[in-house]
Amino acid sequence: MKPFRYERAADVSGAVALLAAEPNGVFLAGGTNLVDHLRLGIAAPDLLVDVRQLTSGRIEELPGGGVRIGAAVPNSDLAADRVIRRRYPVLSQALLSGASGQLRNLATTGGNLLQRTRCPYFQDLTTPCNKREPRSGCAARDGYQRDHAIFGASEQCVATHPSDMAVALAALDAVVRTRGPGGERTIPVTDLHRLPGEEPERDTVLEHGELITAVDLPPLAVAANSRYRKARDRASYAFALVSVAAALDVADRAVRDVRIALGGVAHKPWRARRAEQALRGGPASEESFRAAAEAELAQARPLPGNAFKVPLARNVIVRMLMDLAGEQR
Amino acid sequence: MSTMVTARAIGRPLDRVDGPLKVTGTARYAYEQPVDRPAYMFPLQATIAAGRIIAVEASAATAKPGVLAVLTHKNAPRLAWTGDPEVAVLYSDQVAFRGQLVGAVVAETSEIARHAAGLVKLDYQERAPDVVLRADRGDLRKPVNAAFFGAGGGELQNGMPADTVLGDVEAGLASAAIRLDQIYTTPMCHHNPMEPHTAVASWADDMLTLYCSSQGVTGVAGLVARVLGLDPQRVRVISPHVGGGFGSKVYPIAYAVLAALAAQAVPGRPVKFTLTRQQMFCLVGNRGPTIQRIQLGADTSGHLTAIAHDAVQQHARVKEYAEQIATCTRVMYAAPNRRTTHRLAALDVPPPTIMRAPGEAQGMFALESAMDEMAIACGLDPAEFRIRNEPPAHPENGLPFSSRNLVGCLREGARRFGWQPRDPAPRARRDRGWLVGTGVAASTYPAVQLPGSAAAIRAEPGGRYTVSIAAADIGTGTWTTLAQIAADALDVAVEQVKLQIGDSALPPASAAGFSSGISCWGSSIVEAARQLRDRLESQHGGTVPSGGLEVTANMPGNPDAARYAMHAFGAQFAEVRVNEDTGEVRVPRLLGVFGAGRIINPKTARSQLIGGMTQGLSFALHEHSVTDPRFGHVINHDFAGYHIASNADTKSIEA
Repeated sequence: MKPFRYERAADVSGAVALLAAEPNGVFLAGGTNLVDHLRLGIAAPDLLVDVRQLTSGRIEELPGGGVRIGAAVPNSDLAADRVIRRRYPVLSQALLSGASGQLRNLATTGGNLLQRTRCPYFQDLTTPCNKREPRSGCAARDGYQRDHAIFGASEQCVATHPSDMAVALAALDAVVRTRGPGGERTIPVTDLHRLPGEEPERDTVLEHGELITAVDLPPLAVAANSRYRKARDRASYAFALVSVAAALDVADRAVRDVRIALGGVAHKPWRARRAEQALRGGPASEESFRAAAEAELAQARPLPGNAFKVPLARNVIVRMLMDLAGEQR
Repeated sequence: MSTMVTARAIGRPLDRVDGPLKVTGTARYAYEQPVDRPAYMFPLQATIAAGRIIAVEASAATAKPGVLAVLTHKNAPRLAWTGDPEVAVLYSDQVAFRGQLVGAVVAETSEIARHAAGLVKLDYQERAPDVVLRADRGDLRKPVNAAFFGAGGGELQNGMPADTVLGDVEAGLASAAIRLDQIYTTPMCHHNPMEPHTAVASWADDMLTLYCSSQGVTGVAGLVARVLGLDPQRVRVISPHVGGGFGSKVYPIAYAVLAALAAQAVPGRPVKFTLTRQQMFCLVGNRGPTIQRIQLGADTSGHLTAIAHDAVQQHARVKEYAEQIATCTRVMYAAPNRRTTHRLAALDVPPPTIMRAPGEAQGMFALESAMDEMAIACGLDPAEFRIRNEPPAHPENGLPFSSRNLVGCLREGARRFGWQPRDPAPRARRDRGWLVGTGVAASTYPAVQLPGSAAAIRAEPGGRYTVSIAAADIGTGTWTTLAQIAADALDVAVEQVKLQIGDSALPPASAAGFSSGISCWGSSIVEAARQLRDRLESQHGGTVPSGGLEVTANMPGNPDAARYAMHAFGAQFAEVRVNEDTGEVRVPRLLGVFGAGRIINPKTARSQLIGGMTQGLSFALHEHSVTDPRFGHVINHDFAGYHIASNADTKSIEA
C-alpha cells in the first residue's frame, strides 16, 4: 500500500476544493471498495478526502412527490426505509440482494454508484487491463468471461458494473446531484456511467473533484409495482450474472407504463428502452413480454463464455413481467 | 494393547471447552501471539508460470524508509536440500509455477513491506506454461513415489498401489447385458480456511520459534528443521487454535520457511507474516482437477459384472503427488471383474495437497454418479441398486469389514427422508417454476491410524492431571474430545483434566489429517493413562506421590489391523430444485446417515458431519478455481470469485 495523505474538510465545498488541488486524490466514503483497491494496489492515490460526514445521511420526501436520498445514507438504511419500501420496492430489494449485512451498513448511496468493476483481471495487477492501466490490453476479452458484458462493450473493455442499487435507480429514472469545482449539476443515473469505448479507465462522466451529494427519485406511480430479481451462482453474496429491475402498470390488459433495467450485462446499468418501447401500449401477455425482451437482446454481442446471459436475461425479464402483471391483477 | 475404557464423559454432547474463548475473540490465533518489536514480511511472487529469474532490481525497495531487508535467491541463505523443491524457497533462480515465492521484503510495518514488495523488479526468461489437464495427453504416467508427500514409499499419497486388477474387465463388460461408459470431471479447488496461513518466526540462540497455523505441529517442526539444516530440537512450532485447515495446513510450509529466513535477515526481530486471500490460491496447495472414466457392466438382474475406474489427475512438475481417487471403487461394490488405475500429468502448476477427503471426494463423485446412471439403465431404484451390489467382504482383498453398515444407512436414510420410488425421467416433478428432484449416494472413508503419536500424563496430588500431546484442534473439537477421552481413561471428571496441545515441545502427534486424529491421539492418551494407573497402583499404592508422577506412552498399534478392512460408511439423500427460467440450483434438504464408529462427542461429531455435507454441496455446486491457461494462475482468487456455499445455500441439513 502506497503511503497517502488523509484529510477531512469542514464542508462539501471544502472537500471539493481539497481534491481539485490534488490530481491524484480520491474521495473516501464507506470505503468498502476503495480500501480493497488500496490494499491490492489498484488505487494508489496521494490523497484521500473523507466525505462520509459531509453529505446528507437523510432520506427526505420532496414537495413535488419525489424522494431525496443523501449521498451518505447507508445502503442498509435505504433498504429498510418505509417510504422506499412502499413506493419504490425495487430499490429496497436491489439493495438487499447485494453484498452482506456488514457491507451494507458501511456502504453509502454515493459510494455504491461509484464502485468499480469486479472483473478479475482488473483486480489482478499481474494481468493486463485497460481500465486499470490504459493501453495495457484487455485480458478478459479472451479470458474468463462469465461475468462480462453482452451489451455495449468495446475492444478495450468487456467489464460489467457490479452495483445492484444502480440498476434499480436506472429503472426509476433517478437523478444524481453533484457538486464539483465548476458548481452543482444534476445527471440522470442512466447517464452517470459510461460505456467503455476507447477510455475504459473512465467509469462515469464525473469530473475530477466532483462529489455526489444526493440522489433524487422522481414521483413515479408505476414504481409501486416493481421488483428486483438477481440470478447468480449462489443464493447470496455473489454478483449478478443477470439482474432485472422492472416496474409495470397494466390497465385493461394493456401495458400503461413500464420500466426495465438490467444488471450484470454492461459497463453501466442497462436501461432496456427498446423493450419498454415495444411494450408500452401493447398487450400484457407472455408473448409480447417475450418479444420485448428479444427486441432488447437483439443488440447483445455476447462472448463465448457469457452467451448464456442472453437466454437467461430473456427468461428473467419475461418471468418478472408476468409476475408483476399477475400481482397487479 | 487394547484397553477397555468405561464411557462416562465419552459419548456426551459436551460444549466445546474453547467455545467461550472463540466467541469472545480471546482465543489467540497464530498472528495474534504477542512478540517483541515485530517486523513484517511481504513475499515476492513469480509473475511467470515457467522459466527462471535473470535479474533482480531491488534498490528502489531497499531505499524506502522502514524497509529492513529484501531477500531473493541472490542473497538468501542457502537451505538444506531435502529433495523437495516445494519447501526449498529461494533455493535457485528457477520458477516452477506462477505465484511461487521468489523473495520477501521485511519492513517496520506490513503496509511498508507490501508497498516495497511492489517496487522490486524481477526480470525473467519465460517458457510457455503448460497448465491444461487433458486425458489424451501423451505424457501421462503412472505414479511412482507419492506416498505421504514422497516420504512413505508407495505409489499413491495414502501409500496404496496406483493400479489394481481382478478378473477380466473387458470380458466382464463384453458379457454384460447393460453397460455404462462415462467420463466425469472435477474442477480445481482451494481449501480456503477462514484463518489465513500464518507464520510468526522468532530466533533466539539458534532456536527458532514459529507461531504457525498448523494441522500438525510435530510434522511442521520436523520439516522446517530439516530444510533449515537444524537439529529438530531447535525448532518449536506453536499452534493452539487453528481457524480451519482442510488439509492445507498439514504440509505446505514454504511460507513459514520464508518467514524463518526473513527473521534471520533481521537479527533480534521476530517476523510476522499472514497470507492474503489471493496468496492462498497458489502457495498452500490445492485440489487438482480430475478426469475420470467409469465403465460398469451389469446382468439383467442388476448385479454388476465389471467395474473399471480410471483416474487422470495433475500435479506440479516440481514434485510428484498422486491422490487415491479410484481407491474408493476398490471398497464399495461387488463385481467379479474390476480395475482401478491412476495416471498423472506433470504441469507448471502450484503443488496440490490433501484437501477435504483427498481422492475420495472426487472419486466418489464419479463412482456414485455412474451408479445412479446405471441404476436407471437397469430399471432399478438407485438405493436398491446399491443394496443389490453390496459385497460380503472387501471386494479386492477379501478381508471382512470391521463394520459396514451401508445397507443399514441406506434403509434408515430412506425411511427418514421419505424416499419414494420415483419416476427417474428428467423434469417429472415441478413446483412453481422449479424442477424438483431427489437423489441418494453412498459415502465411505477409510479408518486410518497414522504412526508417530505419544502422550504424556502428569498426575498431581489432589486429583489434577495434565495431559500433553502435540495434537491440533482445527475447529473439530479436539480441546474437548481429548479431555473427554482422558477423563474416562483416568476414571476422573473432565474438570480434573488439563489438556495441552498445539505445541511441538509436547510429546509428538500425527497431523490432523485422514480423519485419524481422534483415533491416534486418543489411543495414545488411553495408553498413557493405563500405564500411569498401573504405576500408581504397583509402585505408589494407588496414591499420587507428593512430587507428582508422569508417564509418557507411545500410541499402541491395533493388533487386529491386518485382519480387517476398516472403513466408515454412510448414505446421503438430497432434495434438489432447479429453476426452469434461470438454471439456479437450490438444495432444500440434505440428510446423511452414517456408521461412523464410536462417537466421542455427539455435538462436535454432528458438526463434523453436517460440515462435511455442506462442503460436499459446495464442491458439487460452487467451488471451482478457474485457471487462465495464458497466465497459468487461478484468476477468480478471492471470495467474490471463488464461491463456497453460503448460509443461504444450505437449508435443512440433518445428520
